[in-house]
Amino acid sequence: MKKILIVDDEPNIVMSLEYTLKRNKFEVYIARDGGEALELLKTKIPDLVLLDIMMPEVDGYETLRRIRLEEKFNNVKVVFLSAKNKVSDIEKGLAMGASKYITKPFSIKKIVSDINELLN
Amino acid sequence: MNNYILVILIVFYLVMLFFIAFWAERKANSKWVNNPYVYTLSLGVFCSAWSYYGSIGVAATSGVEFLTTYLGPVIAAPLWIMVLRKVLVIAKHQKISSIADFMSLRYGNSRFIGALVTFTCLIAILPYISLQLKAISETFEIISSGAISVDKSSNIFLDHTFYIAVLLAVFASFFGTQTTDTTDQHRGIVMTVAIESVLKLIFLLTAGIYVTYVLFDGTQDIYDKFSQVADIKTYTTIPDIYGGINWFYMSAVSFVAIFLLPRQFQVMVVENDRERYLKQAIWLFPLYLLLFNVFVIFIAWGGKLSFSETVNPEYFTLLLPLKNNNYILSVLVFFGGFSAVISMVVVATVALSTMLSNNIIIPYGYLDFLSKGEPKTNIMYIKNIRRFSIFILIIISYLVYVKFYKELSLFSIGYISFVLIAQLAPSFFMGLYWNRGASKGAKIGVISGLFITFYTLILPSILGGYFHFESFIQNGPFGLGFLRPYQLFGIDFLNPIAHAFFWSMFFNIFAYLAFSLQGSGNYRERNYAEMFVRSYSYSHLQEGAYVWRGEAYVSDIKRILERFLGVQKTERAFSLFYAKYNLPDDMVKADSKMINYSEKLLTGSIGSSSAKIVVSSVIKEEPVSLEEVLEILEESKKTLSTNRFLQEKSEQLSKLTADLKKANEELIFQDKQKDEFLDTVAHELKTPITAIKASAEIVLDDEEMPNEMRIQFLNNIVDDTERLSKLIHNILDIEKLSSGREPLELRAYDISKTINEAIHFVSAEASSKNVIIYNQVSSHILNYDEDRMIQVFTNLFSNAIKFVEPNNGKVSVTMEVLAKHVLINVEDNGKGIPAEDFNYIFNKFYQSKNQNTKKPLGSGFGLAICKHIMESHGGAINACENTEKGAKFVIKLPK
Repeated sequence: MKKILIVDDEPNIVMSLEYTLKRNKFEVYIARDGGEALELLKTKIPDLVLLDIMMPEVDGYETLRRIRLEEKFNNVKVVFLSAKNKVSDIEKGLAMGASKYITKPFSIKKIVSDINELLN
Repeated sequence: MNNYILVILIVFYLVMLFFIAFWAERKANSKWVNNPYVYTLSLGVFCSAWSYYGSIGVAATSGVEFLTTYLGPVIAAPLWIMVLRKVLVIAKHQKISSIADFMSLRYGNSRFIGALVTFTCLIAILPYISLQLKAISETFEIISSGAISVDKSSNIFLDHTFYIAVLLAVFASFFGTQTTDTTDQHRGIVMTVAIESVLKLIFLLTAGIYVTYVLFDGTQDIYDKFSQVADIKTYTTIPDIYGGINWFYMSAVSFVAIFLLPRQFQVMVVENDRERYLKQAIWLFPLYLLLFNVFVIFIAWGGKLSFSETVNPEYFTLLLPLKNNNYILSVLVFFGGFSAVISMVVVATVALSTMLSNNIIIPYGYLDFLSKGEPKTNIMYIKNIRRFSIFILIIISYLVYVKFYKELSLFSIGYISFVLIAQLAPSFFMGLYWNRGASKGAKIGVISGLFITFYTLILPSILGGYFHFESFIQNGPFGLGFLRPYQLFGIDFLNPIAHAFFWSMFFNIFAYLAFSLQGSGNYRERNYAEMFVRSYSYSHLQEGAYVWRGEAYVSDIKRILERFLGVQKTERAFSLFYAKYNLPDDMVKADSKMINYSEKLLTGSIGSSSAKIVVSSVIKEEPVSLEEVLEILEESKKTLSTNRFLQEKSEQLSKLTADLKKANEELIFQDKQKDEFLDTVAHELKTPITAIKASAEIVLDDEEMPNEMRIQFLNNIVDDTERLSKLIHNILDIEKLSSGREPLELRAYDISKTINEAIHFVSAEASSKNVIIYNQVSSHILNYDEDRMIQVFTNLFSNAIKFVEPNNGKVSVTMEVLAKHVLINVEDNGKGIPAEDFNYIFNKFYQSKNQNTKKPLGSGFGLAICKHIMESHGGAINACENTEKGAKFVIKLPK
C-alpha cells in the first residue's frame, strides 16, 4: 500500500483528496502546513507528497527544499498542487525537484491517474 | 594721591590691555572675541573723553544741549540696516580699508579724492586726539594734586602725558600693523576697545549713582535743590524756535559723524566680520548711549551745587568724589576716562595712519620706489610707513595740545572736528545712491565746505581766542557786515557750530550737485559709480562689472603683484582666481576681470588709488567711451538677469522632472500592487472553486458513497459557494468605496444604538465561542451612514471574536468625546496584532514579504473596507501599537 502525504491548509480540499485517495487504496497522511508536514516526516516516509504552495508559516517551496536536504527522502516523489499558474512558478517548482506541478482547480480523477503513473 | 602710585597703576592697566590684545589676536575666531556684542561695544569708541567729561560740562553750562551729540547716532542706528549694510557689501567686496579708500574708489579711483579725504580727516581728528591728551593730562593732575596747576613745566620730558602718549603709540603701532593688508582685522585692538567700553560705562554709572544717591538724596533731591539756586528752565528746555533749529543742526552733525568719523568707519566697517552683527548693533548701541548719559544731568547739577563757578564743570565726575575724600572712586573715574581716551586714540591713529600711508605717502611719494623694491623689504617698508605715521600723528597731536589747546573746552573742539568731518557727507551719502555724482563735484564740494568751515568756525576762534581780534568777528572783514564769520549773510540765530554746519553744507551740497550735473565724468568714474550705486545687483557679478579694454600680460601683472604681496601670496591669489572663473592657469593675456581682481588685491596693502597706478603701469589701456561703459554694464546686467531666469527655469525643470519621476515610480508601484492584488484575488477565488469542483466530482462519480458522506460533500460545496460569493461581494465593495461611486447616506443616528445593532449581527458567532461584547458607549447623536458603520463594527467584532480564546473572550467598546470629533475604541483580550503586520493590516493589497506565505485574506479585506468607510466619513481608523494584551482599534468620527 503506497503512502501519500497531503499538505494543504484548505480543509475542504484536503477532505476531497483524502476521500478519493483512500478509495483508491492509498494510505493517507495529512498536514495543515509545511511545518506540520516536516514534523510528520520525522516518523513517516511517504512515497509521494501532494504539496500546496501558499500556506501559512512554512510555504510549499520551503517544505520541498528541506525535504530535498535529507537523503532518506531521495525516493519520495513530490507533486505541487497550487493556484499559482504562472509559467515562472511552474518552472521554479519543477527546478526544485518536484515531479509534477498541478494547477488548481484540478480534476480529482486526473490527480489519481497522475499519482498512479508516477508511482508505477 | 601720590604720583608714583598713579603711574604704576597706569602702567599696570596698559600691560593688562597688551595681554588682552595678545590673547584676542591669538583667539581671533573664537566666539568670545568675534561676536555681535564685542562688535557693538567696539562701536562705543564713539564715547571718547568728550562724552565722558565734556557732556557734563555742557549740561552744567547750557543744559540739555549735550544730548544732541547722541541724538544723531540714535537716529542713525536704524538706518544702518540700509546704509551701513550697503557700505559693508561694497567695502568687503572692494577690500576697502578706510573712508578715504572708499571715497576715492567711488569717484573713479581718484588719487586726489583719497588725499583730500585723508587731509580732511587729519585736520578734523588731530585736534580731537590732542583733546584726549588734554583730558588725560588734566585728570591726572586733578587726581595727583587736587587741582589743575596754571603754570606748567614747558619741558615735555617732565610731562606724564608725553610718556602716556608714547605708550599709546607703541600699542597702536604694534597691534595696528600686524599685517600689511589693512583689510585684515585687528581683533586685539577691537577686543580692548570693547572692554574699555564696558569699563568706562561701569565707572561712569558708579560715579553717577554715587553722586545721586550718596552725596544727594536721589534725583528729586538734586532737582529741588538745584531749582532753588538756578533758573531750572534754562537747563531743561529748548528756549524757542531758534533753539529748535540749533538742535536740529547739532543733531545732524552728530548724525553724519557716526558714519564718517575715521574711528567709527574703522570699527563699524573695516573691523566688521559679519553683516548680521548689525542686527544686534542697531538696538544695543543706542541703549549703550542712553546708559552713558543717564546720570550726566545729575552729576552736572550736583557739581554746580557743590562747587563755585570757577571750577571747570567738565571734571565734576572726578572732583565730586575727590572732594568727599572718596579716592578709590575718583581713581576709578579717572580710569574710565583713561579707557575712553585710549580706545579713541588707538583706533583713530590706526585708521588715520592707514589713510595717511595708503592715500598720501605711498601714492604721492613712494610708489616708484616700492615698484622696484624686493617683496620682503617692501612689506617691511609699508609696515614702517604706517608705524611712523602712527608715531607722527600722536606726537603732532601732543604738540598741538601743548601749544594751542590748553584753554579750549573739550566740547567745542569735539564739535569743530565733527563739522569738518561732515564735509565728506554729501559726496559719501549721495555717492552711494546717485550714479551721476561725479568726482569733480566731490572735490569742489569738499573743498568749498572746508573753506566755509574754516572761515566761520576756525578762523574766528583763532582770531578771537589768541589774537583778540574782536572787530573781525563783530563787524566782519573790512567792516563788511554780511561777511561776519558767526553771522554769515545775516543768519544770526544759529550758534557757531550749527551756523558753520549750515553754511558749509549749503555750499558743499550745492557745489557737489552743480559740478556733478555739469559734466558726465570719465568712463572709469562712471564704472565705479554704477558698481557702488547698484551694489546689490552687481555683487553677484563681482569682477565682471569692471569695464576695461586694452592689452595686458598676466606675467607683468604677476611680477608687479609679487613685489607687494610676496611670491607665495600672489601665487595663491592667482590659483584662486583661475579656480573661481574656471580658467586655464596658463593664460597669457589678462582680461578685465583679472585686472580688477589684481587691483583689489593690492588695495588692501597700498590703498585703491595706488593700486590702480601700480597696475596701470604694466598694462596698456585703451580709453572706452562713457556710452560703451553704460552699454556693457547694461548688457552684463541683462546677462545676469537672463542667467538668473535660465537658472530659475532649469531649477523648475529639474523639479518637474523629479516630480514626474516620482509620479512614475508611484504608478509603477501601484501597477505592481494591482497585479499582486489580482494574483491574490485569483488565488483566493481558485481555492473555493477547487474545493467545489473536487467535491462535486466525487459526488458525481461515486454512486456507492454513504449518505452522510454525500451530505458532507454537498455541505462543503454550499460553504465554499458562500465563501466565494462573500469574497466577490467584498471585492466589489472595496472597489466601489475606493472609486467613490456609491455616495454615503449621512443622517443623524445614535451611535450607541448602531453599535448594539452590530453586536446583534455577530451574536451567533460570539455565542458559539462564548465571547461577550460590552457596549459602554452612551447615547450620542452623530452624522453617518448607518449601514456602513454597522459594517465597520461587525468587521472589527468578527475579527476580535476570531482572535480571542474561546470561553474567555471579551470585547469592549468605549467612546471619548473631543472638541471636533469622537474616538470609539474597540478592544479585545485576544492574541493581538503581530508587530510585523502592523503597517499592512489596512492595506487591501496586503501581502507579506514572502508571497507564498498565506495570510487570512478575509480579515485583511475587512479592515481595508473599514478604512475606506471611515475615510469617506472624514474620519479614520487606527490600530494601537502599545496595548498590553489583545488588539485595540480606534475609530475617529467627526462630530
